[in-house]
Amino acid sequence: MYKLLLCWRYLRTRWIALASIVSVTLGVATMIVVNAVMAGFSHEMQTRIHGILSDLVFESHSLSGFQDPKWHMEEIKRAGGDDIVGMTPTVAVPAMLNFQVRGQWVTRQIMLIGIDEATHAEVSDFGRYLQHPANRGRLSFALRDGGYDTIDSQSESRAVTRPALEGAGWPHRRIRVERERIWREKLEADRRSGASAEPVDHGPSRSVDQQVDAVLAATTATAPSAQADQAPAEPTPAGSKPADPFRQARPEEGTRMDPATEQFTGVVPGIGLTSFRDGGGVDRFLVLPGDDVKITFPTAGTPPKAVSDTFTVVDFYESKMSEYDSNFVFVPIASLQRMRGMIDPQSGLTSVNSIQIKLRAGADLDVVRDRLRKVFPADLYAVSTWRDKQGPLLAAVDMEMSVLNILLFLIIAVAGFGILAIFFMIVVEKTRDIGILKSLGAGAGGIGGIFLGYGLFLGIVGAGAGLALGLSIACNINAIRAGVEWCTGERVFDPSIYYFYRIPSIVRPFTVAWIIVGAVGIAVASSVLPALRAARLHPVEALRHD
Amino acid sequence: MTDARTPLVCVRGMRKTYRSGEGTLEVLRGVDFDLAAGEFVSIVGQSGSGKSTLLHLMGLLDVADAGSIELDGVRVDGLSAARRDRLRNTAIGMVFQSYHLLPELDALENVLAPLMVRHGVWEWLRARRRARDTARALLDRFGLGGRLRHKPRQLSGGEMQRVAIARALVTRPRVLLADEPTGNLDEATGGGILQTLGELNRADGLSIVLVTHDPTVARRADRIVRLAAGRVDDAPSPADLAARRWAG
Repeated sequence: MYKLLLCWRYLRTRWIALASIVSVTLGVATMIVVNAVMAGFSHEMQTRIHGILSDLVFESHSLSGFQDPKWHMEEIKRAGGDDIVGMTPTVAVPAMLNFQVRGQWVTRQIMLIGIDEATHAEVSDFGRYLQHPANRGRLSFALRDGGYDTIDSQSESRAVTRPALEGAGWPHRRIRVERERIWREKLEADRRSGASAEPVDHGPSRSVDQQVDAVLAATTATAPSAQADQAPAEPTPAGSKPADPFRQARPEEGTRMDPATEQFTGVVPGIGLTSFRDGGGVDRFLVLPGDDVKITFPTAGTPPKAVSDTFTVVDFYESKMSEYDSNFVFVPIASLQRMRGMIDPQSGLTSVNSIQIKLRAGADLDVVRDRLRKVFPADLYAVSTWRDKQGPLLAAVDMEMSVLNILLFLIIAVAGFGILAIFFMIVVEKTRDIGILKSLGAGAGGIGGIFLGYGLFLGIVGAGAGLALGLSIACNINAIRAGVEWCTGERVFDPSIYYFYRIPSIVRPFTVAWIIVGAVGIAVASSVLPALRAARLHPVEALRHD
Repeated sequence: MTDARTPLVCVRGMRKTYRSGEGTLEVLRGVDFDLAAGEFVSIVGQSGSGKSTLLHLMGLLDVADAGSIELDGVRVDGLSAARRDRLRNTAIGMVFQSYHLLPELDALENVLAPLMVRHGVWEWLRARRRARDTARALLDRFGLGGRLRHKPRQLSGGEMQRVAIARALVTRPRVLLADEPTGNLDEATGGGILQTLGELNRADGLSIVLVTHDPTVARRADRIVRLAAGRVDDAPSPADLAARRWAG
């Protein structure tokens, strides 16, 4: 009983022990916060990876793919059994995306993915990441008549960060076509009057722009000018030949489509390919839904040939994973198969690169994958889970978390050395008290127990305070971030880097429990040596200690 | 039970040598000492004569190089550390010159300390009410009923020593070992402490061994044992000779 009493009294009267408690508290709080944020980031990342990839991916080693996806899906269903609840074929090829920004061609390397609009959203979260509410419900590659989100639907913030999308869709396309017509007429009139249509060293003439705007204002009533909300004007390099800004939308030779009322094949590019976020957190778009882009990709023949076609942007894909958002472009699978020559002219059978497979909730992905691997030869087909596909990335994140945890645990280990030093000091200070207790009949175990108990108390109090501090920070990290940003005037968490508007934070009880147990364990372990020293003190020498 | 022929404490051939650095200091060179039940004995001697060492050995705080100690006829010097701890807690009470109270505890808790050492948590929860009553009664008896919650630093030297005596008595020991209990006190306060010890011996039949270098203090005891150069000195002291001459 005296051990408890003295532990409690030492805790109350030895303020130097507070130094140890504070160290343990800060160590525990830091570990809880860092783990929560890392878990949040990891969860966000995995959700988004899984959002684009279905549970299982069945694919061909060749870009030309395999023929007859229907037969393959039946075989997959037979092998996978009831665990398989959905499948959709896809065609994925590397390609080049071209579009014009203020007369300059922009070229991007992309992964062009042909998807079945009817079934693709059923096997993945693809639909969730689109910008038009109707497309999120049911994907369509037809251009929408406005209604695109000007507020990021995945953000909890209600701030308008995409004002440019307000007039996107058919309104934007009609205005653009009208501008093109006026431009063409102006150029034609200039040519007829003998004036040079080519300014000496500037881009498109501002006076012509102003004239176009004036005509538009008179002819298109109140329709907003989406072009004005696009990327800020940048001067064309001096001496460069001015380009026709509407060439991108000009129908191909021989076609007679009216771009004001018709569209090319729809395309959904990743938002990172066609936009950027400025320092104020506002997204600037280089291309809007309603604009046309060119895509160049290889055919399925041998050797492959490059073919090019024009597509109309109908929506943007935003998974918040910059790797995907800056790489993926989605088009209807049937169009891509036709353009690549993946339809057998005799049999009419189509070819696809891969089949995305969705499993029932709770199914073991690895088991179903192995079942499929047994049925389909590995030299022709690759079957992977979504985790397999991103294995190196997920492993790197796991390793990062482990290393970070080891480093952070060293903070608590340092606190442990603090406890060790302070306890040795307390043992010296309390040498006479130890002698007194021994003269009263306290054994070595009891004396050692006082200091072990003292270490346990310090660990519990320190870890308890750290738990409270860590949880309150982890649960309010965005409010704290806002406070820090307000105080310092510096941006602590830049959404333009992470594409997250909030710092994700997930507190995992198991991790927290390990941190607490570890911290208390270190506190107790640190008190073992001082406790042994106290226990071994000779009572007579201790009583004579000054 | 102790009979007339069996002393309560019996020390035989006690030897103790301290080593400091390369040198040695032989403090006790074969001391024989008996304490009868209910007896009040003073051990006197000059500084360094070994009287405190003898007391520590009898209190089982130290281990002798040679010799034996019997308590109630049972040899106790060779017991295990745990059994010696237990015996110190139950059968031996000790009082020191510097009081040796625990500064974090108040007067009542200091008196209760030996009982808390004896009991585990659950046992203490059952025994604490009775223990507190006993401790309060002892402090009341020594005139400290109003200072129960005072910390040692709030008490005078005499009060601290009385708390120390109450602490030594709370376990109802067979023998009380007092090491210079008046050494840090003025004459009047020291006299009060000696009077208390005398009363405990007479009224309660408590066996007491009092170590002192002061002959005046030593004379309060029934018997005086003189230590000189690590041995019991049987020759009468000058003061004894003077007293005998006066009596004769």
